[in-house]
Amino acid sequence: MGISIAAARSAARLPALWRAGLVTFAVLASLAIASVEARAVEIQTVETPGGLTAWLVEDHTVPIVAVNFSFAGGSAQDPDGKEGLANLMAATLDEGAGELDSQAYRQRLEELAVKISFDAGRDAFYGSLRTLTPNVDDAFDLLRIAVNDPRFDADAVERMQRQIISGLRREQKDPDAIASRVMAETAFPDHPYGRPSSGTEESVSALTPADLKALHGRLVARGDLTISVVGAIGAERLAALLDKTFADLPEQAELAPVADVTPKTGIRKDVAFDVPQTSIRLALPGLKRDDPDFIPAFVMNHILGGGSFSSWLYEEVREKRGLAYSVGSYLVPYDHSGAFMAATGTRSDRAPDTIAIIAAQMQRMAEVGPSADELAKAKAFLTGSYALRFDTSDKIASQLLGIQMEKLGLDYIDKRNALIEAVTLDDIRRVAKRLLADADPIVVTVGAGAS
Amino acid sequence: MPQTASVLPRVFLAAALALTIGATGVAASSPGPAGGITLEAADAAAFADIKIGGDIESFRLDNGLEVVVIPDRRAPVVTHMVWYKVGAADEPAGMSGVAHFLEHLMFKGTTNNPDGAFSKRVAAIGGQENAFTSNDYTAYFQRVAKEHLGEMMALEADRMENLILTDAVVAPERDVVLEERRMRVENDPGAMLGETLDAVLYVNHPYGTPVIGWPSEISALSKDNAIAFYDRFYTPNNAILIVAGDVEAGEVRRLAEETYGKVAQRADPGERNRPSAQRVPGALEVDLADPRVNQPNLRKAWLVPSYATDTADDAPALDILAEILGGGSTSRLYRSLVIDQGIASSAGGWYQSSTLDDSRFMVYAVPSDGTTLEDLGEATRAVIDTLIAEGVSAAELERAKTGLLSTALYAQDSQSSLARMFGVALTTGSTIEEVRDWPRVISAVTAEDVRKAAETYLALLPVTAYLRAPEDAGPAATANQ
Repeated sequence: MGISIAAARSAARLPALWRAGLVTFAVLASLAIASVEARAVEIQTVETPGGLTAWLVEDHTVPIVAVNFSFAGGSAQDPDGKEGLANLMAATLDEGAGELDSQAYRQRLEELAVKISFDAGRDAFYGSLRTLTPNVDDAFDLLRIAVNDPRFDADAVERMQRQIISGLRREQKDPDAIASRVMAETAFPDHPYGRPSSGTEESVSALTPADLKALHGRLVARGDLTISVVGAIGAERLAALLDKTFADLPEQAELAPVADVTPKTGIRKDVAFDVPQTSIRLALPGLKRDDPDFIPAFVMNHILGGGSFSSWLYEEVREKRGLAYSVGSYLVPYDHSGAFMAATGTRSDRAPDTIAIIAAQMQRMAEVGPSADELAKAKAFLTGSYALRFDTSDKIASQLLGIQMEKLGLDYIDKRNALIEAVTLDDIRRVAKRLLADADPIVVTVGAGAS
Repeated sequence: MPQTASVLPRVFLAAALALTIGATGVAASSPGPAGGITLEAADAAAFADIKIGGDIESFRLDNGLEVVVIPDRRAPVVTHMVWYKVGAADEPAGMSGVAHFLEHLMFKGTTNNPDGAFSKRVAAIGGQENAFTSNDYTAYFQRVAKEHLGEMMALEADRMENLILTDAVVAPERDVVLEERRMRVENDPGAMLGETLDAVLYVNHPYGTPVIGWPSEISALSKDNAIAFYDRFYTPNNAILIVAGDVEAGEVRRLAEETYGKVAQRADPGERNRPSAQRVPGALEVDLADPRVNQPNLRKAWLVPSYATDTADDAPALDILAEILGGGSTSRLYRSLVIDQGIASSAGGWYQSSTLDDSRFMVYAVPSDGTTLEDLGEATRAVIDTLIAEGVSAAELERAKTGLLSTALYAQDSQSSLARMFGVALTTGSTIEEVRDWPRVISAVTAEDVRKAAETYLALLPVTAYLRAPEDAGPAATANQ
């Protein structure tokens, strides 16, 4: 593509099906450091007359207001046979509401330069609002009708179904998407986490406006509503707007229970697909966010295959051998499970070697572990980079939402770096053994020459 | 839609817009980029007076390095970028991919900071870094806590003149780039069609060659090729330093003189004169059938002026035309093809405004079941013909202006976005003043300007590209398999 910019380094390829979990995780990853430098992220807790709670960072420097919010229950709430329902609801809530049909609603958004969007995660349903200050009242009103009074008109729903199905067809021929889908269904058979969160062509085709109304009635409630707001607005005005927008929702959602589940191990799946680069995924049981070992595991993963360009996987797979452009590993915490994942892609004939190298690095982490120097560098990066997660309204709003959803507390931003600093070599060794010793991961490959 | 993954994913549109804004901007006075700007109303009229970049300052060092400082004091961090006025379109013939390959190799080390010491240092201070290459520019950046700015400048200045490469690091990195190409292009028939479309659209011009390079030419690139390119183009008089964040211009000047100021001019790259892209007569079609396709699509592309080559004030009108014709779900193409006729599942278009040479205007559509690509192509053409014949409404014009200008205003929230905006503009032939003045220029566009731009450029024959599965292919496409 013309604008095609090729980055020298790639943050690895995150399988779409796992991304939902990562939304939360990214937040965790971030929480922390404001200690040293601290842009004063002063969080106000706003308690509205209507009984809602929101976190607010008031900042009038730019004339923008950013709102992020979530309801408990995401695509894991899709009923059996109706896979993709929450995703379809995310696509249709802003396709007409109240008195405004789809075109009228979309035109109103454009006239006001207001952005409203929704996204279905595995365990939560997310929404966001962005507006310029002169239009704050109108923006919240458009959000209010989308959340409370979506139309789900048959023609708009059918149009979104077509669009989603078109995307699903493309994913059927995309090796990364195939690998993610196969990994999810292999790791979590007979569990909502194993199902395709966007559904299948068959399941999405069968969805109806009545299905959407039913899910909306079950899921969109004020009980498990989490809200964060950043920008040019004061607490009092915000409280009134939040009440208008959310206070009339039903008190409690009616969520189906989701069972706790441990990902399977020891399964190999090779999907034959004629592409020049084989997509590779490995998965093991991981940790939930509330596990006491989560922070040590997070630091351990950073050294093994995390974000910076100095991880073991980056060094061994990419720098030394040129096997891949993108390689990394991740902790994927869900509400009811946790997984550890690694992902890369390489020329088909080099896939076996690449898998062996990743497995060897996992084993090395479990048996040898990092040096004291490597741990010190990892901590320096993780604590030092925390402030970079707070330099735009969007990022702050997203951070605050995640901290609230994980119930980490109002002071988490101040505490997070100390939690990282407290991790010892023994902690790393312990958690590496727990997660990676004698690992027998699920391995999925999608590419040519699969046997 | 998370689902719009293919022809032009929304992410891509966003990128295109951001670059568009590259010729654009917003804001006012002090602490933030928008420095306490107060909006009375958020409509196109209110946006016209906005100056992008707030208290932006710029100056030039004695060695020719241009410096741009964009204050944003909301967080104690800085974005430090060096942009070289060289990209893939400046490569010697037969050496496609060398600009991007060099970008990768720039992380390998220098005489003073060998073995990737720069990256290690960035990681040690909790910084983020990366680089990117386009047809017209190559840029390197770090995002760090503000107290580390001086050290980043020293390391980047060192990298401007002291790169060392060995075959031991060059060989695996060439494999990395080939894997990058497999991932981005060869695993994705839609991306391969994009390459072919560009190759046909840009007759006699290097934009027809992919930025990442052709596989056979990447494979042949050597250490010496990369160093020759480096020695010819990486010199302070061919670079722009952009610092956005919690900084004072005076302090940046002092640090720049201590670091970049010590780098002597290494070369004189001269004017960037490339051969002119030619419009050739005849209907041009690209028809790619691939067994990996189960969702066909179609694209049409026209050669149009960019902001840099525009001589008739057409570029702002093309920006607005792209919004009205193809920007989102209220656009002409979406309403007609997706909503009213139901013959497409998605449709849209965009204008690539920020390039040094003539650029492209694209539209795309994804057919519904039962619609052929050929029929969809004719329906697309009809939408465009109607716009040319009947013009655009006042409401459409206003919405398009509001959308474009508000995007510029939203970008004020991100120091990285602002830095990129100016970097793109300054390496593709625009000036700081043109960026700052863009809201006024957009605000002045009339409905007739938009209609006339459509007539001038889109009435011509486009290059049409079809992506389909083999069973749907016409004889020409299957013969190529």
